[in-house]
Amino acid sequence: MDLNVLKSYIPLYNEALLLTVKIGLLGILTAFVIGLSGAAAIYFRIPVIRKILSIYIELFRNTPLLVQLFFIYFALPKLGIRISAELCGVMGLGLIGGAYMIETMRSGLESIAKVQSESALSLGMTEGQVFMNIILPQAFSVSMPGIMANVIFLLKETSVFSTISLMDLMFTAKDLIGMYAKTIECLFLLVIYYLVMLLPVSILGSIIERRVRYAEFGD
Amino acid sequence: MSELVKVKNLHKEFGGNVVLKDINLSVKKGEVVVIIGPSGCGKSTFLRCLNGLEEIQGGVVTVDGLPVEPGKKDIVNIRQKIGMVFQSYDLFPHKTVLENAILAPIKVQKRIKDDVIREALELLDKVGLADKKDYYPRQLSGGQKQRVAIVRALLMHPDVLLFDEVTAALDPEMVHEVLQTMLDLAKSGSTMIIVTHEMAFAKAVADRIVFFDRGEIVEETKDVKQFFEEPETERARKFLKTFKYEE
Repeated sequence: MDLNVLKSYIPLYNEALLLTVKIGLLGILTAFVIGLSGAAAIYFRIPVIRKILSIYIELFRNTPLLVQLFFIYFALPKLGIRISAELCGVMGLGLIGGAYMIETMRSGLESIAKVQSESALSLGMTEGQVFMNIILPQAFSVSMPGIMANVIFLLKETSVFSTISLMDLMFTAKDLIGMYAKTIECLFLLVIYYLVMLLPVSILGSIIERRVRYAEFGD
Repeated sequence: MSELVKVKNLHKEFGGNVVLKDINLSVKKGEVVVIIGPSGCGKSTFLRCLNGLEEIQGGVVTVDGLPVEPGKKDIVNIRQKIGMVFQSYDLFPHKTVLENAILAPIKVQKRIKDDVIREALELLDKVGLADKKDYYPRQLSGGQKQRVAIVRALLMHPDVLLFDEVTAALDPEMVHEVLQTMLDLAKSGSTMIIVTHEMAFAKAVADRIVFFDRGEIVEETKDVKQFFEEPETERARKFLKTFKYEE
């Protein structure tokens, strides 16, 4: 392995990391918003929306992200809808992640015993107060391991962005290998950069997890 | 004395299955009414109709003159007049003892936090749990949890307290401490409607016994002692017999 080669590639990898993190975070944020509102809609049994959501979940969980990205990036323009590769990445990640997040958060919401909302209601709380103060915080601590697993899964899924020519980590590595054939160096940096991106998330994740779960589950 | 809770011709069914038929009952201020009866006789459902946790299909329930109607906006105001303690798992597990107690007075009644905390600590002290104020429910015994649930209900200053088999899920040695707390409350003049299977407790605490069977009030009497010795109806006699053992 050539250290000088490694050094010279680092700026390119840094740029790619930044882009990956940016799109990853925006995608995860989108997934989170979809997940929370979708899970709430299913929890409250909102008639038509519930049906639509279940179709959405099945559609996006049972097709690969790669196929979804291709569809958004190559098929939508044919229908006259043109969006940038970055927005495409955020959308793809947000939509597949949303489907997973809905299911993760829904299972948390549904795990809370009925007597919890009944005892809150009998203290005179409104349905909204019960949901925000009693049900949601408990559901979060139940769902947290699943949510963190989704976050890490989604960050790793960003590697398919290279197929829609987003200059993420994977794209940069493939591109450099193609140009200079320094395969070992490029792949080595790729592994390191994914770890640099994901290890802190993983560690932060377990800290958050312990925090939100302490009250109910102890250490 | 004025009638605080009034139930007239209450009819309740779950999808054609009638669980309460034509129930009439009034509870006066300061009165302790104990409801007993076999499992599945509708006594818990009856209690849940009183604070609008169950929809009713006929009749009227009023508390302090206001009709209890689930789904109406006013229900949150009526529920503040009615405290309820459940069989178990009703404390909020993500909040400490103190947070459990003060949540609704602050969020719902918009009372001043410091005042509520002071009062909560006084009440916790009364039930012997002041030192547990920062514990989470998982760190408490079943009996302690139920005493916190009682404190939480009291802190709303309700006009009437409902108890739904609050000791049914407890270990026998925990039952006494909870029932003692309730007995103290009864002596201090609280209006209470209690569903229980603890006959000795019922006898000690009740101003009036209401015996439910198959969704109806079968027997109702203020002569509590007489009821436990020699009930008037055959169904009550049969029920009470199930608590006795013959050698």
